Amino acid sequence: MSARPDGTSDRGPIIDVQHLFKRYQELTAVDGISFAVPRGEFFGLLGPNGAGKTTTIRMLYGFTPPTRGVIRIFGMEITRDWRRIKTRMGVCQQDNTLDPDLTVEQNLVVFAGYFRIRAREARDRARELLEFFALSNRRSAKVMDLSGGMIRRLTLARSLINRPELLILDEPTTGLDPQSRHQVWDRLEKLKASGLTVVLTTHYMEEASRMCDRLVIVDHGRILVEGSPAELILRHAGRSVIEVGGPDQALRDYLSASGMPHDDLGRRLILYTPDGDEHAAAVRERFCNETCTFRTGTLEDVFLRLTGRELRD
Amino acid sequence: MIQLDTISWRFVKVWQRNFVTFQKIWKINFITPLLEPLLFVAAFGLGFVGLVGEVRYGGAGIGYTAFIAPALIASAVMNNAFFETTYASFVRMYYQKTFDGMLATPLSIEEIILAEIVWSASKAAAAAAIMLAVLSLFGYVDLPAGLLAVPLAFLGGVAFGAIGLFFTGIIPTIEMFNLPIFLFVTPMFLFSGTFFPVSNLPMWAKPAAFAFPLYHLVELTRLVCLGRCETVPALSLAYLVLFALLFTGLALVGMRRRLIK
Repeated sequence: MSARPDGTSDRGPIIDVQHLFKRYQELTAVDGISFAVPRGEFFGLLGPNGAGKTTTIRMLYGFTPPTRGVIRIFGMEITRDWRRIKTRMGVCQQDNTLDPDLTVEQNLVVFAGYFRIRAREARDRARELLEFFALSNRRSAKVMDLSGGMIRRLTLARSLINRPELLILDEPTTGLDPQSRHQVWDRLEKLKASGLTVVLTTHYMEEASRMCDRLVIVDHGRILVEGSPAELILRHAGRSVIEVGGPDQALRDYLSASGMPHDDLGRRLILYTPDGDEHAAAVRERFCNETCTFRTGTLEDVFLRLTGRELRD
Repeated sequence: MIQLDTISWRFVKVWQRNFVTFQKIWKINFITPLLEPLLFVAAFGLGFVGLVGEVRYGGAGIGYTAFIAPALIASAVMNNAFFETTYASFVRMYYQKTFDGMLATPLSIEEIILAEIVWSASKAAAAAAIMLAVLSLFGYVDLPAGLLAVPLAFLGGVAFGAIGLFFTGIIPTIEMFNLPIFLFVTPMFLFSGTFFPVSNLPMWAKPAAFAFPLYHLVELTRLVCLGRCETVPALSLAYLVLFALLFTGLALVGMRRRLIK
């Protein structure tokens, strides 16, 4: 764990973001974000639409220049040493940027060329990745003939062609069917086990909950909270949640009297209750007229509590 | 704005990507440069021979078909290069998002732009080489001097490719390419000494032709194919080189502003 031949160090965080700002004409998309990601961590960047996650991600992989602030990856500054950084990094963008004129295998091999990977090694690596993502039997297929799930797997495979130490995923499973999604998660878990550091943005709370060691929730360009999924659920939602359908005024009166944390959504009421709470038992007995759902607190509860339920453009 | 230190030989990898894609459709792409000179020779050679007779050019007379043959090569260079960096590059950039994907790798935007321009020039030079081969079979090209038309075509391809990529960087939708095509390409095609010598134009119209890069490419192509031309070759060459450099720079600025926000 010492200096590498190129002068960077193996110690220290893989990503170190300090006081990051991104301003457009009138809009401040990123308003002072700081975070660090140690080696081997699966880090999540969550937030509603327009929160600044994609802008932050784009600055991380050197696509968008920051207005202010420092981004260090592998100990190097992104604005100066972007080429060396990008050689060791993989990016899986949200958009489909595959070459429709090339076959599945060609997409991988041609992309390897941009990293100056030699043809023979590129072909071997491509075969390896096609195998890993269960695309081997489609290697001569045209990209246009692939299903959504296969396109995502191919894009993911492509982002690993250079054996990166860091992988950045921008909404990797958006729009995928459940089977494909679970397959992708499975592969990502395998990659994580092999030591890959991952930064993920997603709208799927289940995905963030399952995959991330630690995450931040951003809104309006700022970090609201930071922590592991379990910590955040405990802190901001509670281990147990009761959803009451068709709540009456009596329940509402009871809640304001007892001071239990809850969200009143009109025809639904969500109660956030720590385990063994005596009030929870009372609610269960006296107020569950129509439907009551008893479930564990989820990251989605945390997310909606912190960022609200209003639509964002 | 323009960072020259971000250009390395990596741009060849982007050129290669275009080449691999092209390999799937090359056969069709070769038909036009093969058949077009044949069609023109047939139409003008057979059709106009009785009507036009000799053309006075560069102080001597010349058959009409021999007069337009080099101009056809130059025009093909312009069309090939320009249409590649406009429509094809725009599709890659905007619809396929190919450049977005590339910018997540160690490639710089300068390398991508350079590769697109050099690729269009390669296509133009290849088309010129095919046309040259066909036309020399009919005896319309002095060899071996005529072979210089190919590197000349590459230079012209860089110039027109750069102009095309400049427009790709600034137009909002693909339909807008109609504007530069209508306002620049088509007038250039007609008035650059292609179908009639510029010396035929009235005095007030002649200077306009000197601003057309196609005019200089046509004259230089005529020089290597026929042995004479009506401009000062060194100046025409310099004009093309300067044009290529200027618009490559402008294309870089425009595309950078478009892709990196």
